[in-house]
Amino acid sequence: MTIRNTLRDYGQRYRPRMACLKKVEKVLLEMQDPKTGVKSQPQRLVITTIPHAITGEDIIAWLADRFQIDTQEARKFGSMLVALGYIYPLQDHKRLVVKPDASLYRFQTPYFWPTQQWPVEDTDYAIYLAKRNIRKKGILELHEQTSLDFKVKKVAAKERKKPDRVVFDCQERAYWVVHRPPPGTVSAMDYGLDRRVDPNADEVTGESLHDLYEHDSCQLVKYCATYNSHDPFLSKCLPSNPWLTDDLCIYFDEFLSLWLFVCNSVEIPTKMRVERWTFSFGELLSDPRGRDDFRLFLKKEFSGENLAFWESCEDLKWGTAATMREKAEQIYKTFLARGAPRWINIDGKTMEITVNGLKHPHRYVLDAAQTHIYMLMKKDSYGRYLKSPVFKDTLKKAICPEEHKFTRPSLSPIILRQQEQEQRAKMAASATVDITQVMSKLSKQRNEVSPHPPPPKK
Amino acid sequence: MCDQTFMAATFGPCDSCGKTGPLMNIYIKNEPVNYCSFCVEVMAYRGLQKGETLETLRQESDTLKKKLEEERGKLNDVELHQVAEKIEVVGALSIKTRRVLKGHGNKVLCMDWCKDKRRLVSSSQDGKVIVWDGFTLNKENGVSLPCTWVMACAYAPSGCAVALGDGLDNKCSVIPLSLDKNENLATKKKSVAMHTNYVSGCTFTSSDMQILTSSGDGSCALWDVESGQLLQSFHGHTADVLSLDLSPSETGNTFVSGGCDKKSCVWDMRSGQNIQTFENHESDINCVKYYPSGDAFASASDDATCRLYDLRADREVAIYQKDSIIFGASSVDFSLSGRLLFAGYNDYSINVWDVLKVTRVSILFGHENRISRVCVSPDGTALCSASWDHTLRIWA
Repeated sequence: MTIRNTLRDYGQRYRPRMACLKKVEKVLLEMQDPKTGVKSQPQRLVITTIPHAITGEDIIAWLADRFQIDTQEARKFGSMLVALGYIYPLQDHKRLVVKPDASLYRFQTPYFWPTQQWPVEDTDYAIYLAKRNIRKKGILELHEQTSLDFKVKKVAAKERKKPDRVVFDCQERAYWVVHRPPPGTVSAMDYGLDRRVDPNADEVTGESLHDLYEHDSCQLVKYCATYNSHDPFLSKCLPSNPWLTDDLCIYFDEFLSLWLFVCNSVEIPTKMRVERWTFSFGELLSDPRGRDDFRLFLKKEFSGENLAFWESCEDLKWGTAATMREKAEQIYKTFLARGAPRWINIDGKTMEITVNGLKHPHRYVLDAAQTHIYMLMKKDSYGRYLKSPVFKDTLKKAICPEEHKFTRPSLSPIILRQQEQEQRAKMAASATVDITQVMSKLSKQRNEVSPHPPPPKK
Repeated sequence: MCDQTFMAATFGPCDSCGKTGPLMNIYIKNEPVNYCSFCVEVMAYRGLQKGETLETLRQESDTLKKKLEEERGKLNDVELHQVAEKIEVVGALSIKTRRVLKGHGNKVLCMDWCKDKRRLVSSSQDGKVIVWDGFTLNKENGVSLPCTWVMACAYAPSGCAVALGDGLDNKCSVIPLSLDKNENLATKKKSVAMHTNYVSGCTFTSSDMQILTSSGDGSCALWDVESGQLLQSFHGHTADVLSLDLSPSETGNTFVSGGCDKKSCVWDMRSGQNIQTFENHESDINCVKYYPSGDAFASASDDATCRLYDLRADREVAIYQKDSIIFGASSVDFSLSGRLLFAGYNDYSINVWDVLKVTRVSILFGHENRISRVCVSPDGTALCSASWDHTLRIWA
């Protein structure tokens, strides 16, 4: 039989990743303080008396008092101390938890603490198992049996006083339960994949002084306040949080967006959603429904090319590298060249930089122009949009969603994308969309879902 | 994004060597200059000069750090919780487990939500990747990869593909999803990123066409999915990079990364330049996450604290810590409004912090082993936590 080493020792004792261990040791020292620590008493166990035993409920009470936390948290904390091996249970020694009753525990001797300077060697484990094997006359746990290496002959069987020996045995056994846990149990020593760099190694890094802005964090506070009513964890979300109800509830709004994404003019957003568009220009653009509304407004103002240019720039930036060059040329021809069909109005300097950059196009070549146009839309068009009849109309039509129960699961995004592509192709082929056809198709789809949604309230 | 029109010359003659090429816009002694990447490297990695030893350089670095802190302290910065004094306290939260997703056979290492707010993808140590419908607990897709330690996974913005970062292969691959449950998706796996050490984090950018990865080799990189081409690499960390997050702002071209060198760095994706660095943690940084507005970010570390950094003020503004919390934080995420910070810890619990008042609001128990990741759904209605106890939980 040979030892199967299932627990690799990564030398974690030196690593700050187990920084918690130093903090735990401090707590342990406090707990063992004779005056202010956990009260301990000698306990009888079978025929021997174990000194300095503590009860589970005392541990929990002490922790709750020390850290000003509730009993549940104190119990979890205590269980972590046991799981790491700083405290060990006298009864039921394989379950490394703190029980909130009179179960007995003891503080582990620092010799066996996890942060000691030597690694947990397999040979030590072998010696331990050999000792137990001899003492118990061959009765070992299955997982221990398979780990025993009979090549290890040295067995320490020193003569000791019986109570000391019992205590030492308990401590040693507890140590090995922590460091060689039975398979399938959770081990607190487990911390995952090793990291590449040793933090204690020498390194020299450069430091540069950046521009420092005088600023306070008011805008963080403002952001929180603005979005507070939209945060489902903080405010009751309408119609209801879909995760809370047992039936599969989907927002009315989402239902519509699933089935009516084609007919943007028919899709009715909720009041909450429209309100978010007023928070910032970014919010408006990032919501496809909002962007469409804005596009409609710009069309009326004859400045639609700005948004189209911005969208093309985004497409260039995030698109696949292979088509980048063509895209850049296409954008130049459509928006920037003299006499271009959708010529955008940018200042001379920006135009010069952009045109020069386009000689060697890369994905950020239009950055300056894009920023300029974005700022233009944000500072000028956005403000007018919020006061425009287009927006006011949308706001009036926006609904307060009601609770709906649907049993049909939502469409896979893959299907949605396929449908979207089909629709795009259709729309590109025919100049206008036949509303009646689409509506009849949609009403057919809607009838498949029951119950029939009530008409939206004005 | 700051309210300035940033007119950067991104291509042209380098101010140092005169060669024409892509430029990095940096500041030297507060003056903006445009250097080509080669000159920037030369400048940054000057070797030890005569009379300098490791010790003297370290002392110099420490004095510089102290100076920087002094300068930052001089600015009239009010503490976050002082500004937030007048705000109402967060009411009692009743967050409970609403779903338990069972199906993984080993530690769940990572998860990500789909933009449709109900689907999610999770990856585990046994190489299994599962796409779930969170509502119905239905397993829509499953992939078994030959590798173990799939430490990073991400859902594509379109919802039609997932990216997986491999801990042992050092690669990041993209797998297109299929409607056919029985299809063997492992065959359609496409290798995109190649690092020289484990991939710790990956995310798609605004489209399905690019992924950003962080690796144990100390670098981050931007890749083109179609061709597998390396578009930009980001060097600056001196140890493993454990996490990254893309800026949520509309005009954002930045991302933040955190690593074992206790530093969190903000990068410009266009030039590959390190814009800001923060070194306040006392231990490895396990996770970084942007505040919803993009003006700040939070980091979770093995030193059992989470910290909030304000990017405009260029400093740390809050530390979320408690005496009774001594185990490392492995993951963080903000609620939709940014008022709550959910942090998963190595003591199997999730603490919920009030971001502005810098107090703990709630603690969530339920998992039986370390929390590897917490992630709020895109519409903010639920929190999903992935744990080493082989399960995922959805809380609301």
